Amino acid sequence: MDYSRSELLPGVYLSHLRSDKFKTACMSVNLLTQLTRENAAMNALIPQVLRRGTTRYGDMEQLSRRLDELYGTAIEPVVRRVGEIQCLGFFASFPEPEYIPGGQALLGEVTGLMAELLLSPNTRGGLLLPQYVDSERDKLLDLIRSRVNEKRSYAMQRCIEEMCCYEDFAVSRFGDEDSCASIHYKKLTRHYRELVRTAPVELFYCGKAGEKQVAAAFREALTGMPRGEINYDIGTDVRMNAVEDQVRYVEERMDVTQGKLVMGFRLGECMEEPNVPAIHVFNAVYGSGATSKLFLNVREKLSLCYYASSAIVRRKGLMLVSSGIEFENYEAAKREILAQLDKVRAGEISDEELAWAKRGVASDLRGMMDSQGDLEGYWLSQALDGEDYGPLELAALVEDVTKEDVMEIAKSVELDLIYFLRGNEEAQEEDDDAED
Amino acid sequence: MQRIDYSAIGEQLYTATLPNGLELRVVPKKDFATCYAAFATNYGGAHRRFTVDGRQLDTPAGVAHYLEHKMFDLPNGDNALNILSANGADPNAFTSSGMTCYYFQCTEGFEENLRMLLHFVSTPYFTDETVAKEQGIIAQEIRMGEDNPGMAIYYNLLRLLYDHHPIRDQVAGTVESIAEITAQTLYDCHRVFYAPSNMVLCVEGDVDPAEIERIAAECLPTERASVPTADFGAAEGILPVGKEFRVAMEVSAPQFLIGVKLQPGLTGEDALRQRLTATLALRMLCGVSSPFFTRLYADGTLNMDFDYEVDSSAGTVTVIVGGESKDPDKVLAEFIKECQRIAGEGFDEGLFSRARRASLGARLRGLEDFDNVCVSLASGVFEGYCALDAFRLLESVSIDDCRRFVAENLTAERMALSVIEPKKV
Repeated sequence: MDYSRSELLPGVYLSHLRSDKFKTACMSVNLLTQLTRENAAMNALIPQVLRRGTTRYGDMEQLSRRLDELYGTAIEPVVRRVGEIQCLGFFASFPEPEYIPGGQALLGEVTGLMAELLLSPNTRGGLLLPQYVDSERDKLLDLIRSRVNEKRSYAMQRCIEEMCCYEDFAVSRFGDEDSCASIHYKKLTRHYRELVRTAPVELFYCGKAGEKQVAAAFREALTGMPRGEINYDIGTDVRMNAVEDQVRYVEERMDVTQGKLVMGFRLGECMEEPNVPAIHVFNAVYGSGATSKLFLNVREKLSLCYYASSAIVRRKGLMLVSSGIEFENYEAAKREILAQLDKVRAGEISDEELAWAKRGVASDLRGMMDSQGDLEGYWLSQALDGEDYGPLELAALVEDVTKEDVMEIAKSVELDLIYFLRGNEEAQEEDDDAED
Repeated sequence: MQRIDYSAIGEQLYTATLPNGLELRVVPKKDFATCYAAFATNYGGAHRRFTVDGRQLDTPAGVAHYLEHKMFDLPNGDNALNILSANGADPNAFTSSGMTCYYFQCTEGFEENLRMLLHFVSTPYFTDETVAKEQGIIAQEIRMGEDNPGMAIYYNLLRLLYDHHPIRDQVAGTVESIAEITAQTLYDCHRVFYAPSNMVLCVEGDVDPAEIERIAAECLPTERASVPTADFGAAEGILPVGKEFRVAMEVSAPQFLIGVKLQPGLTGEDALRQRLTATLALRMLCGVSSPFFTRLYADGTLNMDFDYEVDSSAGTVTVIVGGESKDPDKVLAEFIKECQRIAGEGFDEGLFSRARRASLGARLRGLEDFDNVCVSLASGVFEGYCALDAFRLLESVSIDDCRRFVAENLTAERMALSVIEPKKV
């Protein structure tokens, strides 16, 4: 797969990846902006509102009808955060010509439609339609509130919120309830126009069409995109150490039968000049996947939990260890999770463990080459980092990681905050006692 | 092996039935680094009573899932999950009501990993100690499911629709039912259901089909065992046994599922056609571009969580439509009204031709996913059809087939509603 990158308009970059092996082609457009408490919800709302209708296709029914005609082309709003950069836009996927009757090429149509969604919304008097804004705002509010439905991810989010309470990273990619509730269509229109004019834009394409052809299609589609002074002043602030001397503890109670323990760490000084392959291998040795110490010891050997695994938020320099446990196993699970980290720090890593971890990480990276969605996410992050090495090159670097490299990451890691979601039982008992 | 060309979608399928009865399906994929293998048995949570060699057996709820957990243990004390992971593969397994499936994907050492997969799934090794130890882990999993609104709403719906079919019960069983499971139960069920004659192996990747066939023949028992017959009880009536069930949980907004039982027992292309017709009709009736959905989305009654599916498992076929809404009763009322309208007027011609195009696109997208391809091939084998024939059969589904499907099945008396409401504070 050949990767190339070019600037099509001021601050508008195309990452092009040519591949013949997929049945569908995919592409994305992303506006990049700093993640802030103030604007996150507005930013998240923009692609949702734009997806409601354009000047040519005024409502969702007309839009969906057009997408169905284009053989089920999907153009979906996407909102994500990479470190403290919020990325908002659309992700499209559509069949390659030879698999549809008549062999019709959809590239031009889909690029045009995606640009139209971004630049030509259905407006009245130059303003986004209030009924679209209100309805999407209410849906976004529901979505923000719905995070409580999945307890495992809820607990992880809550841990980040508490751990990064003085940092913008505490804000979720969808923003928070209060700022979302106060969104007004006039203010949103102003914000949207400003973003289109000043945000750096990342385009991505993966499929059979060549770079020239794709660049031409995007150039044509984006003709007339207003470009002012581009705001390149975006980035992620990495805090190296814990916020307080003592590890902070936050507990929350809900009506649940299983406890969720999440331990939030800072990756620490290793983030000064991050050794990316070593961070991946450290994560695999310690807590990610079935050969990790957390899986083999905390889950399998000691049966302390249903799951226990670590996840790295590399660009922000965080690690979260999350675990599902019986309430009374809190102390034992916490102790064992930390004991396993100490083992990695002390170099108690067998040659086998290191080899397993490297094999797993390298295999995941190679497998990424078979998934357009994974490739899109990978190259977007690389573009934000200003890097241009592909998954296969990173996989090769992983092979060179040594035990000492892994120990160094482990020693740099520092526990900052523990979050525990537990049931109501004990609290209710206390209430009962009080009534007596 | 026999080769079937699906030139319209650029795929080839190799099929074979081995002398021991194993069904083999291989889809070669050039230029892909990932190889995927799924080894599945026609045995799931619903297969609790069955007859084999004239003998009738009745087992506690949760055995299939329990077996899935314990199959990874090897006699030498190793664990197959760890061995495969250590070898760079990404292994896992799932148990549904109708099947148990063990699978992995990897980018290196495929043949070695495939041998491991075939070896561990066909090597039962249980002791009373290891079985007892697993009880804690599975009990945790069952309890975790109790906090999961998605599972609760689904099983509540199945209990409204089905009177006694074991699909009503949690695949994992209950904390009480799994306490009855012993090493002997697991050995018995493994012997009956894990014989190659009751199983299918599906492989996708840059592989040589003949080599896969050779490895499968070499690693598995040669004897052809009799295939067990499942007893799901007396035939269910076509009407639901209850109309509505509501329960409060820790959720932010009401969740709902509307369900309808379809005619069970179809096999082969009839079964596939039934599903394709139902899915296409539902796309037109309530898919993202349908008048029904766009109207209720615009007025705030529905959001993008709304979805529909045709779920077939253990001899049952169920239409499930649902999502999140402030007013599930309104959704149900509007849905019934729309079904009545379609039953009378039929679908719009333009909508139909667009839906067929969109369905083709969605199915092409599904082909990018090895997991999806292999698992649908496997369920197709158990129901007597080939999942890749969907592309050809789709063209033969007519607009009137779709209208008739709605008129005959999606009537108010056939529908049940399961709702989870937020707890009142």
